[in-house]
Amino acid sequence: MKKLDNILKNPLVSTVLAIILGFMVASVILLAVGYKPGQCLAVMFNAVFSRPKFIMNVIIKSSPIILTGLSVFFAFKSGLFNIGAEGQYIASTIVTTILGIILDLPPLIQVPVIVLGGVLAGALLGAAVGFLKAKFGINEVITSIMFNWIALYLCNYVSNSERFHRPESDGTFSIRDSGFTNLFYNWKFSKEGREYLKNNQFLNDAVLKTDFSLNFIIAVIMAFVVWLILYKTVKGYEFRVSGINVDAARNNGMCVERNIVYSMLIAGALSGLAGALTVTGTGSHNIHVLAIFENNGFNGMSVALIAGGTPFGCIFAGLLFSGLIYAGQSLQFKTGAPSEIVNIMIGVIVFFVALTQFMPTLVDMISKRRNKDV
Amino acid sequence: MKRSISSVWTYFILIILFFAIIIWMSFSGISIKTGLDDDKDRFSVAMVTDTGGINDRSFNTSSWEGMKEFASRTGSKARYVESVQSSDYYTNIDKLGDENVDLIFGIGFGLADTILKSSGINPELNYAIVDFSYGDDTPDNVSGLVFRAEESSFMVGYIAGMTTKTNAVGFVGGIAGQVISQFEYGYRAGVDYAAKKRGVNIDTKVQYAESFSDSAKGKAIALKMFSDGCDIVFHAAGGVGVGVIEGAKETNNFAIGVDMDQSYLAPKNVLTSAIKNVGKAVDIVSTDLLNGKNIGGKTFSYGLKEGCVGLPDENPNLDKKIYEEAIKIQEEIISGKIFVPYDLETFKEYQKR
Amino acid sequence: MEISKDYAVQMRGIMKSFGDFKVLDDVNLDVKKGTIHAILGENGAGKSTLMNILYGLYTADAGEIYLNGEVADIKNPHLAINNGIGMVHQHFMLIDKFTVLQNIILGSENTNKFGVIDMKKEKKRVIEIIKEYNLKVDLSSRIRNISVGMQQRVEILKALYRGVDILILDEPTAVLTPMEIDDLIDIMRDLVKNGKTVIIITHKLKEIIRSSNECAIIRKGKLIGSVKVEDETEQSLAEKMVGRKVRLSVERTPSDFGKDVFEVNDISVRSIRGIQTVKNLSFKIRQGEIFGIAGVEGNGQKELIEAIIGIRNVESGKIKINGKEIQNTSNLNVLNNGISIIHDDRHKYGCILDFTVSENMILNKCRQKPFSKNGLLNDSVRDKFTDELIEKYDVRPKNCKNMRMASLSGGNQQKLVIGREISNNPDLLIAVQPTRGLDVGAIEYVRKTLIDLRDKGKAILLISLELDEILDVADTISVIYNGEIVGTFSNETADENKIGLLMAGGKNNEKIG
Repeated sequence: MKKLDNILKNPLVSTVLAIILGFMVASVILLAVGYKPGQCLAVMFNAVFSRPKFIMNVIIKSSPIILTGLSVFFAFKSGLFNIGAEGQYIASTIVTTILGIILDLPPLIQVPVIVLGGVLAGALLGAAVGFLKAKFGINEVITSIMFNWIALYLCNYVSNSERFHRPESDGTFSIRDSGFTNLFYNWKFSKEGREYLKNNQFLNDAVLKTDFSLNFIIAVIMAFVVWLILYKTVKGYEFRVSGINVDAARNNGMCVERNIVYSMLIAGALSGLAGALTVTGTGSHNIHVLAIFENNGFNGMSVALIAGGTPFGCIFAGLLFSGLIYAGQSLQFKTGAPSEIVNIMIGVIVFFVALTQFMPTLVDMISKRRNKDV
Repeated sequence: MKRSISSVWTYFILIILFFAIIIWMSFSGISIKTGLDDDKDRFSVAMVTDTGGINDRSFNTSSWEGMKEFASRTGSKARYVESVQSSDYYTNIDKLGDENVDLIFGIGFGLADTILKSSGINPELNYAIVDFSYGDDTPDNVSGLVFRAEESSFMVGYIAGMTTKTNAVGFVGGIAGQVISQFEYGYRAGVDYAAKKRGVNIDTKVQYAESFSDSAKGKAIALKMFSDGCDIVFHAAGGVGVGVIEGAKETNNFAIGVDMDQSYLAPKNVLTSAIKNVGKAVDIVSTDLLNGKNIGGKTFSYGLKEGCVGLPDENPNLDKKIYEEAIKIQEEIISGKIFVPYDLETFKEYQKR
Repeated sequence: MEISKDYAVQMRGIMKSFGDFKVLDDVNLDVKKGTIHAILGENGAGKSTLMNILYGLYTADAGEIYLNGEVADIKNPHLAINNGIGMVHQHFMLIDKFTVLQNIILGSENTNKFGVIDMKKEKKRVIEIIKEYNLKVDLSSRIRNISVGMQQRVEILKALYRGVDILILDEPTAVLTPMEIDDLIDIMRDLVKNGKTVIIITHKLKEIIRSSNECAIIRKGKLIGSVKVEDETEQSLAEKMVGRKVRLSVERTPSDFGKDVFEVNDISVRSIRGIQTVKNLSFKIRQGEIFGIAGVEGNGQKELIEAIIGIRNVESGKIKINGKEIQNTSNLNVLNNGISIIHDDRHKYGCILDFTVSENMILNKCRQKPFSKNGLLNDSVRDKFTDELIEKYDVRPKNCKNMRMASLSGGNQQKLVIGREISNNPDLLIAVQPTRGLDVGAIEYVRKTLIDLRDKGKAILLISLELDEILDVADTISVIYNGEIVGTFSNETADENKIGLLMAGGKNNEKIG
């Protein structure tokens, strides 16, 4: 029994259990609203695993939420709640798009310059939130939410502005292709590329049919960078101290206010990177009028929550989340289940995974009760 | 921090394992039977709405009606996917591409880019785009569907010009562009035509909502126009127009509907509608493909002649005499007697005549 | 002992574990009706846990509780109150902004049929209780405006108002001045006279001797024995509690003072609420001197400390270390100028419970070489340093380097914190209540460490609410009252009564009884 308890307390085991439990509860919900759960789960499984394209898409779509997840995670470790990841993400897409349209440099310079521009935009927005908190004690949640809306409407403004608006659309022009971070972009649409890919079903599916890009690799590297900053540098150590115990930080020679600004700056930069890479690497390489938030930042909060104690958890949480979203879309396609039901399902699964962190306590409680009964 | 170092290694091993599984899975292409893909062999068409949604009571709805009509007549499969915002376009078009659909419609020029991109990636699939022409650059697997909406707009413009009592009418556009220009200048030409006939000056106010879905904005614009003296407002703005009609209802003025007979939205306050029967065009193109015609790489234009634009059969709020005159004008447009402008340049030309 | 009606509380075979750790192991307790019963034990011995079980905050893993000879099932505090058991916690559970009367009535649900509290009627009842037990408080003042001693009375009143017969007091004297302690003992005697039973949890021997009839001693979760207090002395109780011979006071040799190291010159400081809590305060500390500041909590100690360590600005005046002015700079600057501090609340200021032990050891060293270089931490240096501290200060368990700080006992945490601060080799060490919450063994160790440090020629500023500690350790003793130093004595001339009176606001020149 004790052995079992220890196995259950293992974070990996309990996460897997939580996912299974989440799917079980989701099945009950599906059944209740009249869909066949087995069929739905099979559809979701197929939607992710049945073609290389699908897996690649899940990976590609996970990159921005891994990065915003890291952003929220980083701020959280420093005792801050970065609900502004969404706004920082949007601000970065705006700046990246504008720079990507205006500038015309060789790709090797263009890409870093416009990505850096976006990162800077996110970082500045984050730092502004941090500054307002450090200087005037304004709660970062409030300012972040305000900034989210400012970014959203700024995005709509730029999308409709004369300089950038592309006629016959609700968006801007695409950035110059010298700013793309897609891999093999020109090659895969060239004649030779198409010929070559035709003969390789796997690559054809995974490379041609997707926004095959560097983004995921960069996201993984960033997880490592976040870990390095937090656990291997003096500043990161200070962030973590401030995150857990502000008084202790203040009484041990740390300038808490400055750390708040720095830490929000870094968190903002991570969200900014998410935005910049999304513009350079995916979709139509532009921004467009937003009716509602696209949730890249807000999903980051869920990702950080699921991730548990380490930045590497964000990678898996991001993949899980993006897989669920992607599979959810397919579910909606194949069975006609309304998107609300799909979102409820995702919510339930995330909820159970988030509960994982309380698994050890739960196991303790159950084993105690068991001992009592004996 | 030994703990976290060892956990780093655990994570690395996990990552590698994870990707090993993924790669293995994707090579072998694991899939579970779901029992949903039974009728793979049936001819199937599908559409992706723009941000107006399937219930925009305008051209998305109209397209869907046409598609349903086509499906029930030929026993084909039809389906639609809604887009909440334009970032959904690509996902939706792309997902449909995975579903064995024979012809994918993008409804509205907003999807033009996406269709172009998808058609390049998936040369084996067929696409059609409503309200957009790629001109000479149309890919081999894409068909463009455009409408001579200026023709029906001219007719409602004429009707508005004949009906107005305040000698001021309005026009609310969606997002400015070539398509909405057709409506605007056709309408204005029609109003002018009526003004000349009556020998009065009629003021036409024009405003764009820069959206196809923000009905609150449509209502606000309409209310402003009515308070500025207009008594008839024509809209060509998808979901925004729902607000325009609401505004007409509230102030008890007239609105002119678009795309479909929109009188059901406000039976007493919709004067008439400039019908653009997208559904019919969708039906025609789908049928052509089903019958084995090569429709790719071309742009098809539909107007009064093809019966794809026009007026509703019943117009209870409309003076019978004016309606009959309008029908006469319809004949003249079809026969080419009346030249109808469709953009600023042709409108200037029209005014000179 | 048999279960009998003569006993207010009898506990039999109580077992309680947290995880794998046995906190209570087969504990039996018998509390006679109408007595003051002390529960004595070191920190972490399990005495609070035992009482929390009685009060229904915890459920025992095994064992029974009998009240007045009958089995009682106390699952939660609500049931405990219904069974006539009340508890006053070490940290009071009062609402700052409410009045005394509101706090007393709050949550007791003595409502009329409309669900409304008849304040007049209830006030009458409270006044009756006040008269009966001689518990004078001003019912209309707000909690935040009354002293800690008064707040404690409010807590006692709260329990009496709910009609309890058995009152548990958890470390009731920890925050009181000597005079307030006297008052409390009087109150307890009044309660007993009126037929109530009082249980006090404490590790202070003096008060047990003065107040209690019987004393149960708990060591490491086991009941060592129940004794009649009249047969015991402080020394004998201490030995029973710790389980070995202890010295209650450290040996203190006279010290040679060197030159002035630290000087506070005429400083005034305002608190966070803008009230001037330190007023024109001055003192000097020499090498090899332990300078003790005695005083009741809330007389400006907090602001004085904060001003010295650079996290609060002074309004006027100067603070100098080795002749260099450090007021109104930063905490970092103060640290860099050779001042280290051992905080009273180590969990709040001194360490990060969620970090590992070795991570905690660089809390204020993380910027220094060799612990970091170019902004990058050097973990192996840190681990080596931690091992050295663990060895030097005999921290247990020996292999705790990678354990969470929270998993160590309070004494071991404090050893590590003290070790860390001393390793800074400071010119001035500020020790604020360095023995708070520690058991006798650890207290002895800490005090000895301070004296050793003094003997090495360091200056030490000792700020404590416990007069005994200051009398025991300090070479020079100052009393702080209302933000001012109201008297300074050398250890040899210090008189406990006189200092006690000064702490409570009496005048220096007044004659003592």
